[in-house]
Amino acid sequence: MDQTLNMEQHTELLRFITCGSVDDGKSTLIGRLLYDSKAIFEDQMAAITATSQRRGMSEADLALLTDGLQAEREQGITIDVAYRYFSTPKRRFIIADTPGHEQYTRNMVTGASTADVAIILMDVRKGVLPQTRRHTHIVRLLGIRQIVLAINKMDLVDFDETAFNEVYQSFLNFANPLGFDDIIAVPMSALQGDMVVDRGQSMPWYTGNTLIEVLETVKVDENIQHAPFRFPVQLVNRVRNSDELHERRLYLGRVESGQVSVGDNVVVLPAGESTRIASIDTFDGAIDTAIAGQSVTITLEKQIDISRGDMIAAEDNPPHTDKAFSALICWFSNAGLDINKRLLLRHGTQTVATKIAALEYKLDINQSIHVPTEKIAMNDIVKVMIRVQQPINMDRYENNRPNGSFIIIDELSNDTVAAGMIA
Amino acid sequence: MSVLNHLDRLESEAIHIMREVAAQSNNPALLFSGGKDSIVLLRLAEKAFRPLSFPFPLVHIDTGHNFSEVIQFRDRRVAELNERLIVRSVEDTIKQGRARVKSDTDSRNALQAITLVDTINEFQFDACIGGARRDEEKARAKERIFSFRDEFGAWDPKNQRPEIWNLYNARVHPGENMRVFPISNWTELDVWSYIARENLAVPDIYYAHRRQVVRRGIQLVPVTHLTPPRDNETVEELWVRFRTVGDITCTCPVASEAKDVQAIIAETAITSVTERGATRMDDQTSEASMELRKKQGYF
Ligand SMILES: Nc1nc2c(ncn2[C@@H]2O[C@H](COP(=O)(O)OP(=O)(O)O)[C@@H](O)[C@H]2O)c(=O)[nH]1
Repeated sequence: MDQTLNMEQHTELLRFITCGSVDDGKSTLIGRLLYDSKAIFEDQMAAITATSQRRGMSEADLALLTDGLQAEREQGITIDVAYRYFSTPKRRFIIADTPGHEQYTRNMVTGASTADVAIILMDVRKGVLPQTRRHTHIVRLLGIRQIVLAINKMDLVDFDETAFNEVYQSFLNFANPLGFDDIIAVPMSALQGDMVVDRGQSMPWYTGNTLIEVLETVKVDENIQHAPFRFPVQLVNRVRNSDELHERRLYLGRVESGQVSVGDNVVVLPAGESTRIASIDTFDGAIDTAIAGQSVTITLEKQIDISRGDMIAAEDNPPHTDKAFSALICWFSNAGLDINKRLLLRHGTQTVATKIAALEYKLDINQSIHVPTEKIAMNDIVKVMIRVQQPINMDRYENNRPNGSFIIIDELSNDTVAAGMIA
Repeated sequence: MSVLNHLDRLESEAIHIMREVAAQSNNPALLFSGGKDSIVLLRLAEKAFRPLSFPFPLVHIDTGHNFSEVIQFRDRRVAELNERLIVRSVEDTIKQGRARVKSDTDSRNALQAITLVDTINEFQFDACIGGARRDEEKARAKERIFSFRDEFGAWDPKNQRPEIWNLYNARVHPGENMRVFPISNWTELDVWSYIARENLAVPDIYYAHRRQVVRRGIQLVPVTHLTPPRDNETVEELWVRFRTVGDITCTCPVASEAKDVQAIIAETAITSVTERGATRMDDQTSEASMELRKKQGYF
């Protein structure tokens, strides 16, 4: 097979989020990553060079590569998460680029929800800022276990090793108790490019990986492969073969966690009926085993009445089925919680009427303390008791991101007003 | 298999999205132009729904400014799949007086939006699946996978629903609709890699061929009845291929000798001009032109 094609078909996908306080150099860093990994094309470069010159700069300002919409420029605000793409011969990357400002907690939650890794950007001169703490907490809440600490602007401290170590150590003092699997720090100058994609000449004392090498080698989060099997049914189709008297029921969906093989014992929830996997089909033919992330079609040995929203799960390790549970929710809507509004909860493929039954506390994300609260406003993260009209088949978010997460929808406006993690 | 490779992950995500549309929307449609991105969408729909037929019709908004190869390809592919195709044309929108053109040779890319919104109203579609990708253009980098449009078809960047995890909310009121982009996270290179992997046919003009062109700025403008050479422009015959196949009056080929998909992948991997920069005259006019068109109901 052709070498390029071969490379293209066997690369892994890594999704990461970038967080930093305003002016730490996030736009410059992303621009640098895109530029040095050759994801920036001539015409984009020509456009930003022209803009830079118009603004009186001698060199192209790489931060402009991530400049937002015209609507945002006019209003001087960043509206929300932008997604950016680049690749190296080893991996394909998706960056969730989120604005750093305090009022954008909801954007960080959005960006972090699908990320494997977080890059936390720091200005070496400033060290750990309140924003740094806030971002780190949110990233941890959303279940990200690996952090890459990008200690930036090393050129402004003469590339001093001690300055780097001090900032790294103070971050570890703060973050170690939070229980990340891995915290890797890289000293860099996003402006000059040192240790981003190219090593540069300025920091011979640093023998660790460059940022891009770290991103190429950190583990893609595979915990979800080892969690118990969960398959929320998206659609049910019926086919009748001409030589068969009975119709076959096809259950369409995606394996959200774990793996499943033909012959495995499974339970169908909420009915609670046990059966075995008869077949796993794809457009490309039948397969023996499906793994987390794969969209497939399943048939079962027993005829069971199943519809969208039901779940097929490992019989020996089923989810918890209940109509009440506690959860941490992040409020997204401009309008705060109004308990008179009719709300819907979507968990997996299931949509049910819901009520926020009790507010336990609000999380003060800057200081990581619990404060009592009686209301919920935009960007608040609040521990609540949730009740639902029909039972849902859930896991704790900490153990199972896809089956421990939900959104809340305002039934009248149809807006998505909150995101929740089951505690 | 222990981990899905990146194409498998992108494919599986797109199948999941298409099935969510089928489950959540009452009356969806899939926009099929005969271009490479929508060819990929059709394969993904097969992966999502076969052995049954698609739970939506295919819709083509025909600018009337087509490369004939693309229309032939469109009809052949629809026949092979045995699915229903609805065609609505910008020409009719102009005849009905709902759009005005200065001359026959003006680009109809922007007018497409009017015909599309009219078609959505005619059939009362509440979701339209399209092949837009976030890497195409700046205004798309912040686009949602499920992009909400009001009853005028307009996109308001400030009135979009948060998309957290993979929990999509396609609920709309009557008259409103969703535009759904299952290949949001794909790049041009992913699209070609997938076309190679799946052995998908694409219209011939995607492959290198000899064609008469004139040089205009960084672009090669094809010589057609709608785009004749200007005075003092020299017509040359070059090896070229198209990277996108939109309205004939604003779609340019790039110089290339890539005659098969492997060669295109090799070129795409090292190319130095973005897909739109090289090939779309309409996006060149203003940095914000895509953003503007989307607000007016464009894809
Ligand atoms: N000296 C120096 N300046 C930097 C570095 N990275 C970014 N900057 C500058 O810091 C300022 C803020 O950078 P920007 O990328 O816009 O920050 P953002 O607000 O985090 O996106 C700009 O003037 C950058 O040129 C660096 O590594 N060294």
